[in-house]
Amino acid sequence: MMMMLRQTTRKACLGLRASPLGLGRRLYHENVIDHFENPRNVGSFNRNDPDVGTGLVGAPSCGDLMSLQIKVDDSGQIIDTRFKTFGCGSAIASSSVASEWIKGKTIEESLTIKNAEIAKHLRLPPVKLHCSMLAEDAIKSAVRDYKEKRAKANAAAEEETVEA
Amino acid sequence: MASKVISSTIRRALSKPHGAVSRRHHLSTVAAAAAADTSTAYEDESILMKGVRISGRPLYLDMQATTPIDPRVFDAMNDSGINEYGNPHSRTHLYGWEAENAVEVARIQVAKLIGASPKEIIFMSGATEANNTAVKGVMHFYRDTKKHVITTQTEHKCVLDSCRHLQQEGFEVTYLPVKTDGLVDLEMLREAIRPDTGLVSIMAVNNEIGVIQPMEEIGMICKEHNVPFHTDAAQAIGKIPVDVKKWNIALMSMSGHKIYGPKGVGALFVRRRPRIRLEPLMNGGGQERGLRSGTASTQQILGFGAACELAMREMEYDEKWIKGLQERLLNGVREKLDGVVVNGSMESRYSGNLNLSFAYVEGESLLMGLKEVAVSSGSACTSASLEPSYVLRALGVDEDMAHTSIRFGIGRFTTKEEIDKAVELTVRQVVKLREMSPLYEMVKEGIDIKNIQWSQH
Repeated sequence: MMMMLRQTTRKACLGLRASPLGLGRRLYHENVIDHFENPRNVGSFNRNDPDVGTGLVGAPSCGDLMSLQIKVDDSGQIIDTRFKTFGCGSAIASSSVASEWIKGKTIEESLTIKNAEIAKHLRLPPVKLHCSMLAEDAIKSAVRDYKEKRAKANAAAEEETVEA
Repeated sequence: MASKVISSTIRRALSKPHGAVSRRHHLSTVAAAAAADTSTAYEDESILMKGVRISGRPLYLDMQATTPIDPRVFDAMNDSGINEYGNPHSRTHLYGWEAENAVEVARIQVAKLIGASPKEIIFMSGATEANNTAVKGVMHFYRDTKKHVITTQTEHKCVLDSCRHLQQEGFEVTYLPVKTDGLVDLEMLREAIRPDTGLVSIMAVNNEIGVIQPMEEIGMICKEHNVPFHTDAAQAIGKIPVDVKKWNIALMSMSGHKIYGPKGVGALFVRRRPRIRLEPLMNGGGQERGLRSGTASTQQILGFGAACELAMREMEYDEKWIKGLQERLLNGVREKLDGVVVNGSMESRYSGNLNLSFAYVEGESLLMGLKEVAVSSGSACTSASLEPSYVLRALGVDEDMAHTSIRFGIGRFTTKEEIDKAVELTVRQVVKLREMSPLYEMVKEGIDIKNIQWSQH
């Protein structure tokens, strides 16, 4: 009787048998597929534009490289984003989701996006969580770059007014 | 109470179909679906599996992983399953004698393919068992005098794991590095051999990159130093001419399902003159010269033998056909794309294996986009760790290129249309991913990506 119970549970678990690559149940959630097939905001801005912040994170040796660019208006709101990613399907989807979510937010609000939210939206398995981490890092890096640019521009403008 | 649990589990198990693939076997491949009227065909013939919808069964271009059973082999096997079902080791009645006869016929077929005597063929459950038996069996037999094993860094996992097991038992193992074209450096091999070297194990054709090692030269070196030479020839037999005498082989592992035979069967060639001794892994009734006890699987062995005979007859024709397809694939891709690198030597290579790296594109994302072509990749994301394939790393491929490789496997039944469709899909996907790739953008702008300091995370 116990054998029968064991056999039925084993059969019910057949869908969860480990794939030959040892990754356990490997399923791309439809959100990941959607972002992969139809990525939003692919492309790039001119990184020298004063209202563009560029974040570049990751390393090709890890197999993941993300470039996220934000266009910010004077009131500190992100009006447009572009991204480019070298990485697996989950990395591309994570960066596409990130670029979508921060559009329309202020730069302070965009810093509150957590990698856990991206991972939950895409149902990322544990082995792919670093992709969502990278997306969060990309947002922070882009915002930091923009702030540095603004600080430098303000400093240069102050110098000019002082000289004049 | 327990019966309620059982009945509810049974109900759940029966109501949930596994994998959501209907039992209707879709025989239409993507090529056929493309040729047919796509508007109506899509709804009827499409397959939804693992969240991905494809218009038909994918093109099969993964021949190094396994091959479909040749219909002629299938016929031979089916016949035997119904008629010759006796245990080949039953000595007392007709059923046993018939089955034994069938196994002996298969043995002769296998032996002829590799230039050996039938008495030197031991049937096993596959090349993995043969590799295990060869590596561990030889070293255990000579454990008092021989403590050292030489192998390469690009061997199949089962050989490397057996060597690791031996290391835990106290043996010493030298893992020879390979040159950038994947071939073993003969001088390094010569220097690595010691007086207490018990075995040299080097595979004939690599499963991942397809390079053919210089077997005759290695055999000569081993003969000079009187060291047994074992080779994993699972990817080699039936595809390139194999002669155990010319190569001075002491042990050779063979696999059924790489040459259009059934899975679950293989063989080990164990030389008799001069005799190589080994300890068996399977103890029991002493079948197969005492080296592999257990009832021989007549049906599968028959299939293996038939596959070997077919391979011998058709080797030349297959080679011409496959070489033509390989050139078609490579030229087709190179015409439309730049930054395509072939991993491994182009000259000393089995033509059915084409391992390509597409610069600036990551392997797993390419595979995800190539869902209508069944290929495999040596990329980190497709292994359980984040490490790229150890074979590509041994080749000294740059780390970012190691993440981008795709292995195309071409075989006897691959058609020109399949290759053309694969070229079209690959080119389309690589172009799309390169548009998304910051590396490609940087290269196009003229930035030298090798000199950038990346911020690791």
